[in-house]
Amino acid sequence: MSLFDLPITEIHKRLSNKELTASDMVEESLKRIAEVEKDVQAFLLVDEEQARERAKAIDQDIAVSEDLGILAGLPMGVKDNIVTEGIRTTCASRILANYEPIYSATVYKRMLAGQAIMIGKTNMDEFAMGSSTEHSAFHPSYNPWNLDYVPGGSSGGSAAAVAAREVYFALGSDTGGSIRQPASFTGVVGLKPTYGLVSRFGLVAFASSLDQIGPITKNVEDAAYVLQTLAGYDELDSTSANVSIPDYITPLTGEIKGLRIAVPKEYMGEGVDPAVKEKMLEALKVFENLGAVWEEVSLPHTEYAVATYYILAPSEASSNLARYDGVRYGVRTDSAENLIEMYKKTRSEGFGSEVKRRIMLGTYALSSGYYDAYYRKAQKVRTLIKQDFEQIFAKYDLIFGPTVPTTAFRIGEKISDPLQMYVNDILTIPVNLAGLPAISIPAGLVNGLPVGLQLIGKHFDEVTILRAAYAFEQHTEHHKLRPMVKRG
Amino acid sequence: MRLSKKEVEHVANLARLTLTEEEVALFTEQLSSILDFAQKLNELDTEHVKPTSHALNITNVFREDEVIESISREYALKNAPDQKDGQFKVPSILEG
Repeated sequence: MSLFDLPITEIHKRLSNKELTASDMVEESLKRIAEVEKDVQAFLLVDEEQARERAKAIDQDIAVSEDLGILAGLPMGVKDNIVTEGIRTTCASRILANYEPIYSATVYKRMLAGQAIMIGKTNMDEFAMGSSTEHSAFHPSYNPWNLDYVPGGSSGGSAAAVAAREVYFALGSDTGGSIRQPASFTGVVGLKPTYGLVSRFGLVAFASSLDQIGPITKNVEDAAYVLQTLAGYDELDSTSANVSIPDYITPLTGEIKGLRIAVPKEYMGEGVDPAVKEKMLEALKVFENLGAVWEEVSLPHTEYAVATYYILAPSEASSNLARYDGVRYGVRTDSAENLIEMYKKTRSEGFGSEVKRRIMLGTYALSSGYYDAYYRKAQKVRTLIKQDFEQIFAKYDLIFGPTVPTTAFRIGEKISDPLQMYVNDILTIPVNLAGLPAISIPAGLVNGLPVGLQLIGKHFDEVTILRAAYAFEQHTEHHKLRPMVKRG
Repeated sequence: MRLSKKEVEHVANLARLTLTEEEVALFTEQLSSILDFAQKLNELDTEHVKPTSHALNITNVFREDEVIESISREYALKNAPDQKDGQFKVPSILEG
């Protein structure tokens, strides 16, 4: 058994008792990376020296201090769109291939203050655009359950690293499902917090009104502990919510009697793989046995969410990515006669096809003559989607459904058809449009590949989804299954 | 919604991208099919619906107008592809 299979509280106890050191944890991580990383390829950069030094410093702290953070000594992966001072941050893009940030993201600082140890930067779809991690400019990542399959995206590297036990936990970002979908595909826990709960300062922006950082962990308890450290107001982020942060740990009792669950018929209908639906019905039975009550409801605008997202997100992206012009940072073309040509060549050489496609789409949707027909229209439909959720949450505590309608797809299967890739996110996208919190937790295997169950909560009610997810986990074994890291 | 190659080239110019012939052909096809898909939104009557730009009601953030230390010029230029005399260097804009 790996040290990484021990509960977070047990690691904490052993570190406090000096039976275990932070250096042991780092060596465990590096050993596992040496074993499986050639197959999984979850990382863009592994920083052994920095990790070993940090571990040594933490071990010295432990020797003299009683006050040990709960995340102390835990090796983590950090998605490569979260800036880390002095450590290369590329967003899996050629245009940032040589970028060394001069400051750190707030979440990274909070993790360091919590005494976690960064092992490396994890692979992703370029600028977080994609659902498979095949759109990384450097290399794809692979699903540890079956290396012929994608790990999901865009936080595919983070999810694969946790699933393959290369790190204890990881940070990801979720714009349309980029934490939850890879968590679902790799059989781990992925939590997308309420928009504004976790600072986005230092997250390289993709679609600013939708992006949110969150934890990817092996179980719900770990997710609650990481969120406890991540959450909180940040004056450096103008969209950070100034709300009081509750205790996420104490409510994890396993008790959910009387909990009111809404099951949208749109989340269980056509398009959902029958075997995935079967797992959902089994999961509902578990909730029923625990004393929760559920009813079928309707979120009538669900079918419009993907179209809404693929107008809004590229529009914001086209604006956010205008900053990559080869002047202040990143890579610059080596052959340009004048300034405009330099911009164009730099961007054309630096961005991959999915990024170009979305920049073009966004530029078109925002251009004069089309703004009302596309961008403004999508903003209005966003209101309808948000109102659907508000009506359900007036009566229910949470919403239940699969995270993704299917299990992971094969490498290369959807890469040439962007629209087919986009509709894969139909059950995760509405959550981002409405800014709600949601979690994906393991709900079993279909043909050897994991299925994820999604629980969606009210704004800032992470407590309820964590409490329900924990209760489910306590009465099932799905989260204890481990991938073999093999082909076929 | 069928885009013409000319429209794709125009949008690429606005986005400061140069596309190869192959890319123009591919994006004409792909963007047309994505915009077709987006036509679905027209099924909904949204005349009296207010647009949502952010999921939460947020207000601006202000701080006291205090003089604080900024990053050094050297640090700000650290990632610049080209620089001269403490400034970002780009190809000349004016002739002569």
